[in-house]
Amino acid sequence: MDLIADRGRRVTVEELNTSRLLAHARKQAVQRKLDDMLIVDVDAHHYENENFKEFIPYMENDVLKQLTMQSIAKSRGGIMPQNVGYQDMGGRVTRYPMRGSEKTDEKGHLRDVQLGHRWMDAMSVDYSCLFPTGMLNIGMHPQKEMEVELCWAYNRWLTEEVMPNAENRFFSMLCLPFNDADEALRQVETFGGRKHVGGFMVTTVRNTGVQENQYMKVYRAIEERGLVLSFHSGPNWAEPIFKTCNRFLSVHALGFSWYNILHCTNWVINGMGERFPKLPVVWIESGLAWVPFLMQKLDHEYMLRPSEAPLLKKKPSEYMRDMYYSTQPMEIQDMQALECTFRMINAETQLMYSSDYPHWDFDLPSTISDLPFLTEKAKHNILGGTAARLFKLPPRNEKQKANLQKFGNLTAAA
Amino acid sequence: MAAGPPAGRKRVQNRMAEKFVAKASEMTDGDRRIVFVGDHEIGVFRHEGRYYAYSNFCLHQGGPACEGLTIAKVEERLRPDKTSQGLYFSETEMHFVCPWHGMEYDMKTGECVSDRKMKLKKYQVLEKGDEVYVVA
Repeated sequence: MDLIADRGRRVTVEELNTSRLLAHARKQAVQRKLDDMLIVDVDAHHYENENFKEFIPYMENDVLKQLTMQSIAKSRGGIMPQNVGYQDMGGRVTRYPMRGSEKTDEKGHLRDVQLGHRWMDAMSVDYSCLFPTGMLNIGMHPQKEMEVELCWAYNRWLTEEVMPNAENRFFSMLCLPFNDADEALRQVETFGGRKHVGGFMVTTVRNTGVQENQYMKVYRAIEERGLVLSFHSGPNWAEPIFKTCNRFLSVHALGFSWYNILHCTNWVINGMGERFPKLPVVWIESGLAWVPFLMQKLDHEYMLRPSEAPLLKKKPSEYMRDMYYSTQPMEIQDMQALECTFRMINAETQLMYSSDYPHWDFDLPSTISDLPFLTEKAKHNILGGTAARLFKLPPRNEKQKANLQKFGNLTAAA
Repeated sequence: MAAGPPAGRKRVQNRMAEKFVAKASEMTDGDRRIVFVGDHEIGVFRHEGRYYAYSNFCLHQGGPACEGLTIAKVEERLRPDKTSQGLYFSETEMHFVCPWHGMEYDMKTGECVSDRKMKLKKYQVLEKGDEVYVVA
C-alpha cells in the first residue's frame, strides 16, 4: 500500500498486519517472560465509529435514532463532537492510514475483537479495559439527550455483543452520560451488575464540575456496587485557552494533563475522598508527571487556606495517594524524576499499566518491566496485580497464578 | 529499554557475515529491504543512489524503525526579523520513521532527529557487481 510523503511522493509500505507490526513487542515479551506474569491493560481502545451501524440501533428514542441512522447511512453527517487533531502525524504512524487494509476472519469474532486479541497477544496482555475513541469527546456534545442515547446504545452493544464474545479478555468501565446525572445513575443501575463491567468512566473533556451535588447519587451507586470510577482525559483544541496553541503537539501534551488536573483538583478539594472512602478512583491517560505537580500545588494552597476545603482531614496529596493512576503516556525522559514520581504516587499499590493501543503514543509492558528502580513486586503489581485485585481478574495460567499468589494479588482475583 | 538482540548472548567477534540484500538493479531510490543476520535485523535503504543500513530496532520502545514512512525533514524558516515564514519540507535531508510512534531518524547518519546523541547501529553495505550485501 502506498502512503503519501513529502511533495506527494509515494512510499510503499506493507499492508497492515497487527501481529507483524508488533513482532518486536512479541520478541520483548518472550525475552522478559511476560507470559508468566498477569498483565492487565487498564486503558485500551477501539474505533467505535467503525461500528455505528451495529450499535446505533440500540438507541431508545425513535426520533433521535432515526436522525442518527440517517446521518451515518449518508456517511456525511457527524454524530459525535469532532476535534481537530493529527494523531497519525501525517501518516508517519502507519497503522492509522492503513487500518482499513488489515484482514480479519469474517467468520470469526467481531473485527475489533480480533484486532484486539492480536495486539494483546503480541504484548502479552491478558486483559484489556476497552474504551471508545471518538466518544471520548461525548462530554462536549451540544445535546444532552443525544449524549445519553449514544452512551446507552454503546454500553448495551459493548455488554451484550462485544465483550461476551471476546473469550473473556475484555472488560470495560462504561462511558457515563455525565451531563445528565439522572440518566448516568440509570445507566449505573442498568449496567453495573453486568459481566465484564468493572466500573464507569467519565470523559474529562467537559465543562461540568465533578463536585456538583447532582453527581453524589451516581458516585454512591458506583461505590455501593463495589465498582470503580475512572476519569479519562483527552485533548480539545476548541477549548478557548488552547486556541493559543499552533501545534497539535502542544494541545496534546497540555490537554491530556489539563483536564485531569482540573477535575482531580475539584474532586480532592471538595472532599470526595471523605464522602466516598470506599470508591476506587482511577485517573486515566494523563501520564504521571502532573501528579507530583498537583500534589505539591494543592498541599501548598491547603496549608494556607484550609477554610476553603473544610471536608479534608488530611493534605490533598494524601487523598491523591489513595487514588489510582494509569501509566500511559509515561514520561520516561529523566529517570530520577520518574523515580520520584513513582515514590510520590505510591506506585507499588496505586499505579496500573496501560497501553492506550492502538493510539499513536502507546506504551509497551517493557516500559514498566525494564525500569531499573522497581522491585519485582512493584513490577508485578503495576503490570497487572493491582488491576487483578481491583477488577477481580483471574490468572490465565499456572505461572501467573503463582506470581499473583507470591505478591498477594491472588485472593480476590481467583 | 528497546528490544534489540537478546542481552547476554555471546557474540563471535571478527566473524562478520555478508548477507545478500538484493540485486542493485532491483532497488531504486526510495526502496528498502529488511534482512536478518543471526540476531541482527537490518533495514537497508537506497536513497539518492547510495545505500544506508541500520538496526531495525527503534531506540524508543524497540519498534521496527526501518519499516515505516520515509519523509523529508520538516523545517521552519525564519525571516531576518525572526518572524516565522512557516513550515517546509527540506530539500536535502531525508528521514525514516518508526511506524510505532513516529520516532524520526536521519537517513544519512541514523541519528534520532529529536536527540542526535541517540543513534541507530549502522551497518556497512557492499556492492559487488549487481549485488548488494550488508555486513553484520
